[in-house]
Amino acid sequence: MYSSDKFRTPVPVSGAALSVLLVRGEVEAGFPSPAEDLGAKRIDLAQILIKHPQATYFLRASGHSMVEAGIWDGDILVVDRAIKPRNSHIVVATVDGDFTVKLLQQRAGRVKLKAANPTYPDITPKDGQTIEIWGVVTSTIKQFPA
Amino acid sequence: MYALVDGNNFYVSCERVFRPSLIGRPTVVLSNNDGCCIARSNEAKALGIKMGAPWFKVKHLEESAGLVALSANFALYGDLSDRMMSLAAGLGPSQEIYSIDESFIGLDGVRGDLVERAHKIRSRILQWVGIPCGIGIGSTKTLAKLANHIAKTAERKPGVYPDHLAMVCNLSALAAHEREAVFNATEVGEVWGIGRRISKQLVDGGIKTVQDLVRMDAATVRRGWSVVLERTVRELQGTPCIGLDDAPAPKKEVACTRSFGHPVTDLASLTEVVTAFSSRAAEKIRKQHSLASVVLVFVRTSPFRKDEQYSRSICIPLRRPTSDTGAIVNAAVLGLQAIYLGGFKYAKAGVMLMDLQPDGVVQGELDLEDGDSLVDIADKASLMTALDEINSRYGRGTMTMASAGVDAKQKTWRMRQERMTPRYTTCLADLPIARAV
Repeated sequence: MYSSDKFRTPVPVSGAALSVLLVRGEVEAGFPSPAEDLGAKRIDLAQILIKHPQATYFLRASGHSMVEAGIWDGDILVVDRAIKPRNSHIVVATVDGDFTVKLLQQRAGRVKLKAANPTYPDITPKDGQTIEIWGVVTSTIKQFPA
Repeated sequence: MYALVDGNNFYVSCERVFRPSLIGRPTVVLSNNDGCCIARSNEAKALGIKMGAPWFKVKHLEESAGLVALSANFALYGDLSDRMMSLAAGLGPSQEIYSIDESFIGLDGVRGDLVERAHKIRSRILQWVGIPCGIGIGSTKTLAKLANHIAKTAERKPGVYPDHLAMVCNLSALAAHEREAVFNATEVGEVWGIGRRISKQLVDGGIKTVQDLVRMDAATVRRGWSVVLERTVRELQGTPCIGLDDAPAPKKEVACTRSFGHPVTDLASLTEVVTAFSSRAAEKIRKQHSLASVVLVFVRTSPFRKDEQYSRSICIPLRRPTSDTGAIVNAAVLGLQAIYLGGFKYAKAGVMLMDLQPDGVVQGELDLEDGDSLVDIADKASLMTALDEINSRYGRGTMTMASAGVDAKQKTWRMRQERMTPRYTTCLADLPIARAV
């Protein structure tokens, strides 16, 4: 039963991923549904890309120094600040107040930020200069014109 | 036991997450219309900038001290607040979000070392979200709030309190003599719920520190001052009087007022302003299920300008208490027409809804006016519900009264925000840039 009041308030429309949980059906006769025993959820992209929601930020890459690591100019970087940066992680670092995306190289206690493109220089901290690792890049999202 | 988790200089800290170059620089965040300072970095506090200082009075520090001022970016603060709150919730089984940057956590049943646990949560919030915070722990909410003040002050001004209380302070874990020393070092005005006026009265009466207040007899306080202060004293003595989520009483009046980005002179523009403000105020009272009986409208020129001054307000009684936007806007615009005088540069206007009462009580009466029967009232209530839901889903100003003018979303009298940073986390076009060069 619908009262006319129901149509006066807008109905929410969700833009979030739709997950459908199949419930085991009690079908007695006929051909059994092959999906009956496989309660399944539609794949949710956000769940794959984001492990720590409170710690995950998106940044946009600008430039070509990381092309060999698969990061193109204009890509969206998924950056997770909950992950402890280790050697060979792709990281976002703050260098002189700007965000820079580079490969982290830690050898014998020395830190270096390496480009993934031989035509770009690496960044080695000068005396007194500190490099802060802001977060670890876990994915890059490319979108094609379509 | 309660904890209070509170972001340090929250708005400034949010800005610094995405602008690391601001770290170490004196920075303030300005209120609506870039009017006054509503958040200050420690460096800005050290320059002597007071909370609420008008921007034009401290503007000279831009040149002389490298002060950076930013317009409030509430989309950013809201998102980071949400992240911080959900991590803070890990401290204990219940949480009350008290403001954009503060939440109380109920600690009942939490085992182990509370200080160690709080330090872990604090560093997680700092690492994951990027916001530094202070955590105060005590056996009542008032003590937790006080402990929070001590934790922050011990960090910002070394020497005032013992160093080990910096960042996290658990008053319940202190030995009696240490607690007394801390209370002796804290002015009575720092206590939650003690405003400037009461604080002055207390100090005049010889009660200068928290320790002086704790020593007072609660019954004497009630006789000499008020029940509210008595409750505060009992809380300081360790008797919980304020629980989690003790809902505040619905407000007795609701106001929507603002200074304009640019002076407004004509009646048409002021009508749009007053319509927008009264619509907003009507929405606010509907949210708290109240009806208004009186609408107050005021307009005034700027006391900071040398122009001719004019200031006037008017109260319009509503024959029937209502929360209907149409009725309230009508009354407000009528009032405006009565007080408006041409030839002035108006800088501020406002609408206040007063004599509020619960909306459950409707005085039945004969239909004295056309189209105002009880059936129509029910119809209007559904119309208002639809209006509120549409505006909350598609953004404020999507559906307005026609007298608010077209393009209500982009009016000149609306907020001036000349120094706003991008909406880094809530708008795809505003993502921060990571340089790959």
